[in-house]
Amino acid sequence: MQLTQGFADPAIEAARVFRIVLDAMSHPARIVTLPEIDAPAPCSPAAAAVLLTLVDGTTPLHLAGAHDCEAMRDWVRFHLGAPLVGPQDAAFALGIWDALGPLSAYPQGSAEYPDRAATLIVDDMALRSKGARLTGPGIAHEAFLSLPDVAALQVNAAQFPRGVDFLFASGAQLAALPRSTQIGGA
Amino acid sequence: MSAQPLSRRDWLGLIARAPMARLGALWPDDPPEFTWLRKPEVGAMMVQGRAGAVGAAFNLGEVTVTRASVRLPCGTIGHALVQGRDTRKAERAALLDALLQTEHEEQLQATVLAPLQAAEQEEAETRARRAAATKVDFFTMVRGEG
Repeated sequence: MQLTQGFADPAIEAARVFRIVLDAMSHPARIVTLPEIDAPAPCSPAAAAVLLTLVDGTTPLHLAGAHDCEAMRDWVRFHLGAPLVGPQDAAFALGIWDALGPLSAYPQGSAEYPDRAATLIVDDMALRSKGARLTGPGIAHEAFLSLPDVAALQVNAAQFPRGVDFLFASGAQLAALPRSTQIGGA
Repeated sequence: MSAQPLSRRDWLGLIARAPMARLGALWPDDPPEFTWLRKPEVGAMMVQGRAGAVGAAFNLGEVTVTRASVRLPCGTIGHALVQGRDTRKAERAALLDALLQTEHEEQLQATVLAPLQAAEQEEAETRARRAAATKVDFFTMVRGEG
C-alpha cells in the first residue's frame, strides 16, 4: 500500500472528526459514522480518522499485532509523527482486540492523574447495538453494545477513576466505551 | 559549469533557496499529473544558532516555512520545505524533487539545477565583490618620536 493523503482539508475535517468522536465518547455505545479516509491496510478508515485527529508528536502510539506493519509505520511517521512505543508507555494504542493483549499492560492513570491513562482504539469490530447492557454517565436509561470481552471490561470499569478508555472501530463506524460506563451482563 | 550531478540533499536546498521568479522561468512546463500527500501548509519553525558556530545552541527565532508533499502516478514521492508562505513555490519544489528521482533527472539537472546553481554562485560572487570593494586596510603610522 502506498502512502496516501490524510485529510484533504486538515483543519476543517479534523475539527469535524473531533466533534464526532466527542459525541461518541459522551454517549457511550452510540454508533457514529466518520468521513472516509484512505488508510493503509489493515487500519480501518474510522481508526485512521481518529488517529489523524487526536494523535501527534506528543502522544506516544502503540501499534499492536498486524497493525504494526511497515505501511502503517510509514503512514504514522508521515502524517502523525507520533513516537511508536510499547504498551506500557502508550497514550493511544491501535489493534484488533486479541492483539492488544491484557489491559493491565497499558497506563491506567493514577488517582491524582486519571488522565494519564491510555485510550485503546480497537479496530475491526462488529459493531451492533445489542449485547452487553451499559449504564452510567451519558446514557439516559440503558444502552447495548456488542463488546469483545465483558469480563475484562468490567474489571477495567471497576477501577474507575483509573482504567483505560475504548474506541471501537468498524469500517467508517465508531463507538466509544469510557471507563465510567458500568457494564452489566450480556 | 561543473558537470557533477547534484545529490538530492543539494538539490532540495538549491530549489528551496531559489526565488520563485527564476524557478518559474526555468521550468514553465505544465506540471505533470500528481496527487497530494500533503497540500501546501504554512507554519513556523524555530531556527537555532551557535555563537561563532561552535558555542551552545540557542534559539535564534522563528521562520515562516511552507511544506508540501506530492506523489507522481509512478509512486515517486517528492517533498518540499521552503522559506516563506509561497504555496506555489512549495508545490513546484515538491514536484521537482519527485521528478528528479525519476528518469527525468538527467534532463532536469541540465535545464533547471545547473542554471539555478550558476545564478546562485554568481550572486554570491557579486556580493563578495561588493563587500571586497569596501574593505579598508588599517595600518598604524609610526610616530616620529625620538
